[in-house]
Amino acid sequence: MLSENLTIVLPELLLAGFAMIALIFGVFAGKDKQAEFILFATVAVLAILALVVGTRSEGTHIAFNGAFVDDGFARFTKVTLLLGASIMLLLSREYLKRYDLMKFEFPVLIALACVGMMMMVSAGDLMSLYMGLELQSLALYVVAAFRRDSLRSTEAGLKYFVLGALSSGLLLYGASLVYGYTGTTVFAGISAIIVDEGISMGLLIGLVFLTTGLAFKISAAPFHMWTPDVYEGSPTPVTAFFATAPKVAAAGMFARVLLDGFGAAVADWQQILTFLAIFSMFLGSIAAIGQTNIKRLMAYSSIGHMGFALIGLAAGTQAGVASLLIYMAIYVVMNVGTFAFILNMERDGRPITDIGALNQYSTVAPGRAFALAILMFSMAGIPPMLGFFSKYYVFAAAVDAGMIPLAILGVVASVISAFYYLRIVKLMYFGEDIDPLTGRMPLAHGIALTASAVVLLLGSFVQMFGVETLAVQAAASLFN
Amino acid sequence: MEIPLLSFVTFLPALGAVAMGLLLRGNDEWAVRNSKIMALFVTTITFLLSLFILAGFDPSSSDFQLVEDREWLGGLRYRMGVDGISILFVMLTTVLMPLVIGASWNVSHRVKEYMIAFLILETLMIGVFCALDMILFYLFFEAGLIPMFFIIGIWGGKDRVYAAFKFFLYTLLGSVLMLIAMMYMIAEAGTSDIVALLGTEFSFATFEFAGIEIVGGAQLLLWLAFFASFAVKMPMWPVHTWLPDAHVQAPTAGSIVLAAILLKMGGYGFLRFSLPMFPVASDIMANFVFALSVIAIIYTSLVALVQDDMKKLIAYSSVAHMGFVTMGIFAANQQGVDGAIFQMISHGFISGALFLAVGVIYDRMHTREIAAFGGLVNRMPAFALIFLLFTMGNVGLPGTSGFVGEFLTLSGAFQANTWVAFGAATGVILSAGYALWLYRRVVFGDLVKESLSTITDMDRREKLLFVPFVFFTLLLGVYPSLVTDIIGPSVEALLDSYNFALEEAGMVADTAPHMTTGH
Repeated sequence: MLSENLTIVLPELLLAGFAMIALIFGVFAGKDKQAEFILFATVAVLAILALVVGTRSEGTHIAFNGAFVDDGFARFTKVTLLLGASIMLLLSREYLKRYDLMKFEFPVLIALACVGMMMMVSAGDLMSLYMGLELQSLALYVVAAFRRDSLRSTEAGLKYFVLGALSSGLLLYGASLVYGYTGTTVFAGISAIIVDEGISMGLLIGLVFLTTGLAFKISAAPFHMWTPDVYEGSPTPVTAFFATAPKVAAAGMFARVLLDGFGAAVADWQQILTFLAIFSMFLGSIAAIGQTNIKRLMAYSSIGHMGFALIGLAAGTQAGVASLLIYMAIYVVMNVGTFAFILNMERDGRPITDIGALNQYSTVAPGRAFALAILMFSMAGIPPMLGFFSKYYVFAAAVDAGMIPLAILGVVASVISAFYYLRIVKLMYFGEDIDPLTGRMPLAHGIALTASAVVLLLGSFVQMFGVETLAVQAAASLFN
Repeated sequence: MEIPLLSFVTFLPALGAVAMGLLLRGNDEWAVRNSKIMALFVTTITFLLSLFILAGFDPSSSDFQLVEDREWLGGLRYRMGVDGISILFVMLTTVLMPLVIGASWNVSHRVKEYMIAFLILETLMIGVFCALDMILFYLFFEAGLIPMFFIIGIWGGKDRVYAAFKFFLYTLLGSVLMLIAMMYMIAEAGTSDIVALLGTEFSFATFEFAGIEIVGGAQLLLWLAFFASFAVKMPMWPVHTWLPDAHVQAPTAGSIVLAAILLKMGGYGFLRFSLPMFPVASDIMANFVFALSVIAIIYTSLVALVQDDMKKLIAYSSVAHMGFVTMGIFAANQQGVDGAIFQMISHGFISGALFLAVGVIYDRMHTREIAAFGGLVNRMPAFALIFLLFTMGNVGLPGTSGFVGEFLTLSGAFQANTWVAFGAATGVILSAGYALWLYRRVVFGDLVKESLSTITDMDRREKLLFVPFVFFTLLLGVYPSLVTDIIGPSVEALLDSYNFALEEAGMVADTAPHMTTGH
């Protein structure tokens, strides 16, 4: 029995084991001498694990009396987040070296965060959920403050920690209410009780607290306050990481809690999610207009994107969850490309985050500017880029579920958001002054930028590389 | 295996653009020259290939022909095909694009990117007219904004950035509501196939929403969503304000494409979606469209009278001419719809030529102010002649294609509503007013302006460019059945199903009281 359970959680165990060995190795190898090696090893381990998780098993496996679920949904999310984390870690190497941040703790912390994230999306119980979430969060608080001697970075870490702890508290309080009113922490048990007895007032309050905590983790408005500051203050590789894997994990966890645990009470959380989606979309779109710092801009952009993704979840249908997964996968691709670019924004050896530096960039580096323009059009949701299809699926799911007003608000928000994405394109192509960025682009970043642009441009003509089919299958596993 | 001719014609310009982007390096004289020649070559080949579409098309049938059908993303299909309504727009695009490239021969700033943008735009425009899947249509329809955004923004005039943003966001906002409507239709009908949707009847049962009775029901709301998109694209009064800005700022070739082809997507959309898919709602809203059309015709003609920028004047006259098109379409009879399509084709040539003519003198004087010209006939006789021909075409002089379109739409509207025809006919007089007045101020009189004393007449390239425009304007003017023969069967089929749907709906409305009394 135990061996069976352990087989199911093998990928997580391996990654946790690797993190600990890497930690000991790093300590004994002497200060940061082997940091680069550990980083490469972590990249490789994450990529291999993505492959293993994606191909290892079929169907649904439950371990530890329901505390851990390995199903199609978990696998899809894990592969997405592991690949995203692996690529982002690889891309951060140059930056870490250039700005003297290459410390061996960084890859180790990222690996630990990934263990936490894998737990989060596989959790079948509020306790394992919380364990995964905290493992992830604690690792992320530390990496946010990774540049110790920078005021902004430590401030970001502290802000993230204080607010993150608050939200974890809210989540825990919600979990305790749920336990108090159902007598169980297993999602299947909660679901069974709701089916039998309906949702009681106490349980409803618990649900609200849970949702609040989860909304904080995916930075949905109005629980988004930490995002711009943390994005801005953290070192850019950390920001890049924040924008990808943790978002996927949090969205996956959100979907799992609501559908596995509270699937019978769709009508109750649908309203909350609709509100979160609308608020996030509009806040993300409108607040980003005034930003001149590209990292803050990406922070608001991610808030907006979470709003769109939540539309899929708010629909509460299988197609809705599939659209959420497709949205997150495409979102990761867009962020990989965009951050591959942002990581190399520098002038005379100093990192630049002001978007004014992009003026006339198309004359400085036409290829890169073109790739970034494709990414921006994709973020804005203009066809034929994949970004359009990610929005198409969530809106279609909402329309299918009869939530047409939500879809209409969604498209209006997407037009508003188009403005600030276009503004970056405008700077690069129609800008006036030339005070060019001087950074050269390392090969890995060039490949990441080009590849993501090509994928976004042509992905719709090759059935999205099968991602769509996989997402539909993955979503189906939540509805059995 | 059959050759996917439509896809081939559609994507050939894009392939050319990719090749150009990958192969041509550098910014020297040769690279510039090569990119121009390559763009001309690609567009010409596309035109020649499109002749095979015309040759393989059977005008006696109203069915979609040369259909291609392939798997696409979940539930959607990659489906292309042409019928009598769309084939002429495809041809219009492929005929005009080599001329557009030729009109850009003097571009000196970032030539390679310029040519790439136009080639991509050509692919997207042809795609719009060929797409037989709703989302595929939307994809081409929206994606066209991207190259046009660059064309206005990079190679435009002084306020190009403002104009580019206004163009992009205005049309995007119009289109996204259509997208929601399309999703609703897909959810209702279970397919995104345009052919299947043409045979689907959407509910028009009146329902109450927030205390307001919505006559025409879901169909009316869908109609409005599509209308929001096409009316902006068309553009109809009062959502036309992006057009003068875009036209004034866009480079000459951009203006030609905008006026000659992009505006036609709105009219095409009405014919492909609004009229056949929502017949009841179209009937309910016909008077509303008539009102907007007549206002557009009279009001924008008056506005055109007082313009002091030539391009702006022609832009407003385009809005007025598109008023005839919407009027003809919603008159929903053979003359009206035939005339609307004819007017769109004819306007493609006439307005294209007018913008080209403005470009000719703009290239020499670098101003489009009417007041900066006068007496050009003294030094530019050939230009004066050409400009006269297209001014007359714009006015709708018999013998030019402009006359046929206006006459047919007016007679179509006359059958539907006499007062609408009356109002629109006054617009014809006003159009004569602004067009002839423009001509007098620019071309006639003595050449007194110092700056004009050395102006040269059109060179051989410019004369050559006008040849096809002159040819088609006169040919269609004296032999209009070239167009009406091709569109006839498809328009007839469209109107038959439209009238049939209305009759059915009318019967439902008539029999409903009987049924209640029977109970």
